Amino acid sequence: MATVEARHISKHFDEVRAVDGIDLLAREGEFLVLLGPSGCGKTTLMRLIAGLEQPTAGDIVIDGRVVTDLPPRARNVAMVFQSYALYPHLTVAKNISFPLRAVGMQRDAIRKKVEWAARMFGIERFLDRKPRQLSGGERQRVALARAVVREPVVFLLDEPLSNLDAKLRNSARDELKQFQRDLATTTIYVTHDQAEAMGLGDRIAVLNQGKVIQIGTPQEIYGKPMDTFVATFIGSPPMNLVEEGASYFGFRPEAFLPREVGNSDDSVGFPFRVTRVEYLGADRLVYGVLEGRTAEAHVISKMPNNIRAEIVAGERYDFVVRRREIHRFDRNSGRHIDGSGR
Amino acid sequence: MTTATANAVTAKAGWRTRLADNERLLWPLMLAPAILYIVLLVGFPFLLSLFYSVSDVTVGSRSMNFVGLENFHRVVASNTFWIALKNTLIFTIVSQFFVLVFANILAMALSADFRGKWLVRLLILLPWVAPISLGAIGWLWIYDSIYSVINWTGQALRILGPNDWPIWLGQPNLAMASIIVVQIWRIVPLATVILLAGLTSIPQDIHDAAAVDGAGFWRRTLQITFPLLLPITLVAVLFGIVFTFTDMIVVFLLTRGGPYDQTQVLATWAFFTGIQGGDLAGGAAVSLFLFPVLVAVAIVFLLLARRSEVT
Ligand SMILES: Nc1ncnc2c1ncn2[C@@H]1O[C@H](COP(=O)(O)OP(=O)(O)O)[C@@H](O)[C@H]1O
Ligand SMILES: [Mg+2]
Repeated sequence: MATVEARHISKHFDEVRAVDGIDLLAREGEFLVLLGPSGCGKTTLMRLIAGLEQPTAGDIVIDGRVVTDLPPRARNVAMVFQSYALYPHLTVAKNISFPLRAVGMQRDAIRKKVEWAARMFGIERFLDRKPRQLSGGERQRVALARAVVREPVVFLLDEPLSNLDAKLRNSARDELKQFQRDLATTTIYVTHDQAEAMGLGDRIAVLNQGKVIQIGTPQEIYGKPMDTFVATFIGSPPMNLVEEGASYFGFRPEAFLPREVGNSDDSVGFPFRVTRVEYLGADRLVYGVLEGRTAEAHVISKMPNNIRAEIVAGERYDFVVRRREIHRFDRNSGRHIDGSGR
Repeated sequence: MTTATANAVTAKAGWRTRLADNERLLWPLMLAPAILYIVLLVGFPFLLSLFYSVSDVTVGSRSMNFVGLENFHRVVASNTFWIALKNTLIFTIVSQFFVLVFANILAMALSADFRGKWLVRLLILLPWVAPISLGAIGWLWIYDSIYSVINWTGQALRILGPNDWPIWLGQPNLAMASIIVVQIWRIVPLATVILLAGLTSIPQDIHDAAAVDGAGFWRRTLQITFPLLLPITLVAVLFGIVFTFTDMIVVFLLTRGGPYDQTQVLATWAFFTGIQGGDLAGGAAVSLFLFPVLVAVAIVFLLLARRSEVT
């Protein structure tokens, strides 16, 4: 167990600022998720922490010790790669024991450790197989087993679920969270999938263009987005943003409801012309335009199916949002303006 | 079912697409050049030399009679044949061993990122693309009995004593070593390029995973890189064996098999016997001794190709 800290770390590839002055602290035993769109520097930040890249500037601190100049093997971190990077010529057992052999552990101790790790991920049956004889989900477990077997101070997981199909991904997410709780090892987890981030993270750091935009618990990130990027990156569908003078105001689709169900003393009303209705099983998505505005304001309402109100495309309805659900952002900087309300 | 077929027919394809989709027509068409090549340039000469080896044909005469295995008896009874056979094996094994060592070192060095990499790569490839006769002239000078660059440099640096003056191509052991050095110089570029291709095909993630897993340089090289490189290394070695085992150019240009046939290899001995000596039948018999080794190499190749198909 350890803390991991990035101190004003930067990594530039020629002109590209892959990581651009990031300060970040993963607390002891924490599950910290790095969330951001593809190409925002998540993998590069992980590689900096692992020691696979040398920073252009800044330091990496693990457990209070500056490790910037140490090679990867001296940092005692474990990394699971997006491709899993299993050794194709070695059996599963040899793959898992590789880190142990590298530190010169006794043969008996190695066998016990491999069995322990294999049992933890339910892959005892595959120990004699080669990676190519395994399915995607099984490979992912082998990669995790190889990561935990050495009991590192930090786990670095780079989109470990992105190669799995949707169903497997859900169960794997569960197991991942469970084993991290059990081991209580500090974990940094990279993903571009906001649902995964919300479900797994103790805290989430939202990255964009090599910078940390906001860091906080899933509730904070969702409920108090710092700027329009976070507001529109998190949530599905994303927050509605409507232009109004020198600012935007925004509200979540699920906070935007017909007056007859959503009304309360602090409601703000909007005339809403519906253009399309989508049924998604548990929810209905209602697409439309806010009327009486200079600029066309396209917004979406997400209504759970227990709201029976009939909504038909082409009609006008009276929709409301509660005042405290309305966020206001500066139009130029995109920053959240505090104490908002209309 | 019938309507479906009828519908499919109505969607007419151009004659080009029809030809490209017709596998029964296509595969003989595609294979024809290869088969023609093998029959004309490999099969025919091979059959001819089989035919010659059991006859009494010579360059100067028109008669040709069947003599059974007499040529082979004659070849096996000759001293030079055994020297040539031994030399061929030494020539091949020793040169390929060093080729492997140097090519591995070079390939690893070249797979790293540094400035001017393309220039170094070009220079290393040069011995392979330059005509061997051109290179041989340079080597003849290096090994020359009077002007030898090695000897003059060695004396200037006082590595060689004032009375040490090795005649590189004139003393049997030195001549053999000299020939092997030139062959290494010739084959290393090809092997390097093959290994380099193999190295770049290993995903960077795997090296990175090994580094994070605590492996240092030697463990990464010996337990990850080499095993993953093994199949392609085998390809490089097999190429090297074929090129070296059947090669006569280096020996021919440097020593002509001398001194006193002490550096003959099977290929040069077959040439000197058959073409220059006029004994076509004897030369054919000698060259057929190359055959078993090449068959063995071919079998290994096929096994290798099969294995990579299956996996
Ligand atoms: N080795 C490299 N050389 C040059 N550019 C790179 C290299 N690695 C990453 N980049 C660039 O840095 C940026 C961030 O990449 P990456 O960290 O892989 O993003 P993410 O993992 O968030 O998708 C991208 O623009 C990418 O093209
Ligand atoms: Mg990435």
